[in-house]
Amino acid sequence: MSVLVGDRTRLLVQGITGSAGGFHAKQMVEYGTQVVAGVTPGRGGERFEAGAAGVPVFDTVAQAVKATGADATCIFVPPPGAADAILEAFDAGLALVVCITEGIPVIDMLRVRRALEGLKGTTRLIGPNCPGIITPGSKGSGRAGCKIGIMPGHIHTPGHVGVVSRSGTLTYEAVGQLSAMGVGQSTCIGIGGDPVGGMDFVDVLELFQADKDTHGVILIGEIGGGAEERAAQFIREKMNKPVAAFIAGTTAPPGKRMGHAGAIIAGGKGTAAEKIKALEAAGARVAPNPSAMASTLAGMMK
Amino acid sequence: MKIHEYQAKQMFARYGVPIPRGYPAMTVDEAEASAAKLAQETGGSVVVVKAQIHAGGRGKGGGVKVVRMKPGPGATGEVRDVAQKMLGMQLVTHQTGPEGQKVRRLYVEQGLDIARELYLGAVIDRDRRRIAFMASTEGGVEIEKVAAETPEKILTVHVDPAVGFAAFQARDLAFALGIGSKETLGKFVKLMSALYEVVTREDCSLCEINPLVVTRGHDVVALDAKINLDDNAEFRHPEWRDLEDRDEEDAVELEAKAVGLNYVSLDGNVGCLVNGAGLAMATMDIIKHFGAGHGVAPANFLDVGGGANQEQVTKAFTIILKSPKVKAIFVNIFGGIMKCDVVASGVVAAAKDLGLRVPLVVRLEGTNVELGRKILGESGLAIQAASTMADGAEKLVRAIGGAR
Repeated sequence: MSVLVGDRTRLLVQGITGSAGGFHAKQMVEYGTQVVAGVTPGRGGERFEAGAAGVPVFDTVAQAVKATGADATCIFVPPPGAADAILEAFDAGLALVVCITEGIPVIDMLRVRRALEGLKGTTRLIGPNCPGIITPGSKGSGRAGCKIGIMPGHIHTPGHVGVVSRSGTLTYEAVGQLSAMGVGQSTCIGIGGDPVGGMDFVDVLELFQADKDTHGVILIGEIGGGAEERAAQFIREKMNKPVAAFIAGTTAPPGKRMGHAGAIIAGGKGTAAEKIKALEAAGARVAPNPSAMASTLAGMMK
Repeated sequence: MKIHEYQAKQMFARYGVPIPRGYPAMTVDEAEASAAKLAQETGGSVVVVKAQIHAGGRGKGGGVKVVRMKPGPGATGEVRDVAQKMLGMQLVTHQTGPEGQKVRRLYVEQGLDIARELYLGAVIDRDRRRIAFMASTEGGVEIEKVAAETPEKILTVHVDPAVGFAAFQARDLAFALGIGSKETLGKFVKLMSALYEVVTREDCSLCEINPLVVTRGHDVVALDAKINLDDNAEFRHPEWRDLEDRDEEDAVELEAKAVGLNYVSLDGNVGCLVNGAGLAMATMDIIKHFGAGHGVAPANFLDVGGGANQEQVTKAFTIILKSPKVKAIFVNIFGGIMKCDVVASGVVAAAKDLGLRVPLVVRLEGTNVELGRKILGESGLAIQAASTMADGAEKLVRAIGGAR
């Protein structure tokens, strides 16, 4: 068991002929993800070299879905066309849309978000500006993995801890700590560092809470916005699984964008201190420093 | 990206948001000429000289002066005096920090006969995923203070992007503000609708009018203007290059930005080179966590990004090495797409080029980690390897403590 993706997921890649899309499509195939189609407007009919058979390329997402039965997409389209690529994926009825692209204007994302709300839950969006989602697999475990995104597959191990994060490399940090302790992961989801995107912490926590195979959760937040506070409320009211958390940006100065468009303390709101307080009050345990994320969760799961 | 008040007002004017008449001035002569021109054009004798810096609260710091010009020859003499004092001053406001910001540009504007001062702002409400318009009767004061002390005095409407801005939303705010006559109401609705166009077409992440004034002549006018532009939308606004004022930016941050690096200057003494924004923030946090009480703190936030090449890493390390405040360096990499050997090669190249005069602690993990460690090991550089972030932070504390 796992959430959202597994060995039956049939993935298409939007922007598969670009350098990032191409590189990661190959990595995903190598990890064992079923990459069934690629989409690049104007390149339909080509074949993308990956795996034994290669991947057929289509002009539109609708064509690709019709021909291959793809049910998820991973988007590598550059910022000027990325929001449009997400809307195209929505229109084609894909159940899961993962957008890796960093740097999409927030005005574009407001429209995308509105379109997503109109779909009333038939489609889920992860990202943008995120590493993606992975359900780890291994030969020994009898479970083939599914990696959708840009995370390094080799650091993951199959198991029972769910990881959800606004930051890519901090997700790797947490996964690395877990795997080093011999603790595997059910599914790891990077929800992205932009102010407006798809799934937020609460959406993911709902899935982890309902998943029989997820026994504990690491939640990694950062300064800016109120998503961690909403997560805290959900943990308090709806969760009985242990949640360990880390909030990045305790020492960040107000008014400065810390890399991610969403990581900014504005008008005195969105500080790490407020978020840590809310999470602790909800029963989550907050790691005192980023090297202690996995050990903090392990301490709760004993 | 922040822009100046006069630039924001020029943007307003293009969309039909009413502004007072005014002219930017880079010199004392220009300021005086602008005042004369305004007197001639408007028939009024009151002008306002406003310092143009990228920070709010200018009035309190002495960056906004109202001048009532006396009739006759030499009428603009006082404007000249005011401009003389203002240009070149270090203007200190609650947003600049104690050292203040040097005033290099002025804006000379027509004085208005003000009946009421209101507040109107548009922001991206990330929790609701909508553009939010906020209005308040408490114009001309710090809106953060109003929000904290009397939140009921802030009125909010959210715009559905599928529908766009609707006139009734402006009326909702106008009646709640007690805007007054039907004529004024119409002008307020028109202004808000124009402001929505500014926000969406110009890709503003923040657009604020504080104060928005109602004049005794029943006009509704943007007396101030603050706009932050969404950096992500730069690709579709080539004209933004002309709005950039490099004097207002940190020189090192600009140098980093030019090569695609994300850098923020901080007050501490440990230079940080990290991949990924979250890990870079967490690295700052852990240095502060272990360094508090030992005088050890981060000197910068630096995210080299997910797919940096060796040149970018070299450049990043060079920027850190050149900083005089840096007493030790922490390289913290969790290689994903970013390969550890690329980072190692970049660090070694920069250190050999400039010489390594401070302790260097390196923590490498992830893709190609063995190769990266090998490159560092064979470089002959005095590098302290750290097994975890915590181990690295503790080594930094010892390194700086020992050096003192």
